[in-house]
Amino acid sequence: HFTKLLFYTNSMATEGVSRKPILEMVQAESADESCVTYVMHDEDHTLGNSLCYMIMKNPEVEFCGYSITHSSESKINFRIQTKGGLPAIEPFRRGLTELNDLCQHVLNTFEMSVKAYEQQSFEDMV
Amino acid sequence: MAVPRSRVDEIRNCITLTEYGVRNVHTTDFPGNYPGYDDTWSQKRFEKNFRINIINMDDSTVEFDMIGIDCAIANAFRRILLAEVPTMAVEKVFIYNNTSIVQDEILAHRLGLIPIKADPRLFEYRNSGDEEGTEIDTIQLQLKVKCTRNPKATKESSDPRELYVNHMVYSKHIKWIPIGNQADHFGEAVIGPVHEDILIAQLRPGQELDIVMHCVKGIGKDHAKFSPVATASYRLLPEITFLEPIEGELAEKLKKCFSPGVIAIDVLEGKKLARVANARLDTCTREVLRNEELKHKVKIGRVRDHFIFSVESTGILPAAVLVSEAIKVMMSKCQRFLNELDLAQME
Repeated sequence: HFTKLLFYTNSMATEGVSRKPILEMVQAESADESCVTYVMHDEDHTLGNSLCYMIMKNPEVEFCGYSITHSSESKINFRIQTKGGLPAIEPFRRGLTELNDLCQHVLNTFEMSVKAYEQQSFEDMV
Repeated sequence: MAVPRSRVDEIRNCITLTEYGVRNVHTTDFPGNYPGYDDTWSQKRFEKNFRINIINMDDSTVEFDMIGIDCAIANAFRRILLAEVPTMAVEKVFIYNNTSIVQDEILAHRLGLIPIKADPRLFEYRNSGDEEGTEIDTIQLQLKVKCTRNPKATKESSDPRELYVNHMVYSKHIKWIPIGNQADHFGEAVIGPVHEDILIAQLRPGQELDIVMHCVKGIGKDHAKFSPVATASYRLLPEITFLEPIEGELAEKLKKCFSPGVIAIDVLEGKKLARVANARLDTCTREVLRNEELKHKVKIGRVRDHFIFSVESTGILPAAVLVSEAIKVMMSKCQRFLNELDLAQME
């Protein structure tokens, strides 16, 4: 007894051609928008586990988990349940934003370390 | 029952190796799990604790410590390095002539696995169904070799190197045929195999290969030949703690339980005293726990958020560039879904 409420489509695909979905939202008929399963296409543990960690770090979230539907399908079911009727889309969006910011900091730190290391080895050579 | 803070910190920060198992494996620092701890995500706190130390680096390898990050995210970077950082590899092989003993399909497979030195960031993915390819998504390579007898060989010689010409086909025989304006565009950075000494086939006089290859951009998820790394792995920093001083002959026994260089023995006033010299060299063997005298005096474990990464490139891009690219891939994944949410909101 599930209904697919939203059907997001790949914005990159050209007009007129049948589009491949990249994100869908599944909700039980009676449930409110605080309990949602997102279907994330072409994703696996790489994003699933990282995003799950970020969302579980949010105190407003009651439950967050994901599963891979079948090894022959390249999609994950990503479940979020929130406390106090908060729409699940909010921690979902926040998790993605925070994960992105985290990666940006990791990237900056890594590139700085690489530069510093190169500088140091250059000085050692001279 | 109240658990002492030190014990809680140990559960949170350390994975413990015991005689019959590994304890505290999973991340548990989520809000609500530990009273008195603020486990809500904080970018500021993360930035304060996060560090990267490069241990050594050259074009082919990089070894670095990533400290203060959860394994979910460290593992994502490792997985992306293996399967989602794109490279160029041979995808289509047009065999015009192959009279060697290597079958066409085996030859095509071997050619696919040869690393091709070309910056994948300068190319686009080829559209599905496109058989021709253009200068923005295809690299054309040619392999045309014919084996002949060496007329200068001495009569009594039995050495194939002297008897024949071109009897060994190496990756250096592969030549780049620029498409469109590629010659001007790439000019100095000549495209071709990373290594020139990969043996592709062996020929005998009269046998020949006449092959054209198309390289396209792809990712390791689709086929391992696109993987930009030879290996990409991490391990956690080992941690060895003594619960009481270990002295005398026992210190010698302790030293033998670990890899060389892990335990050092100081001699203080004629007494031997064991000390952890370099836990990093430890391979996390649990030999010490088999010793009845030692097992209650030593605690061994690993630091949960200290990752020792080791990345080895196939030579297409420098290893450090691959790590940067992997992080960017991760960000584009987040961006992809954020864009999707924004689009849905507008509709």
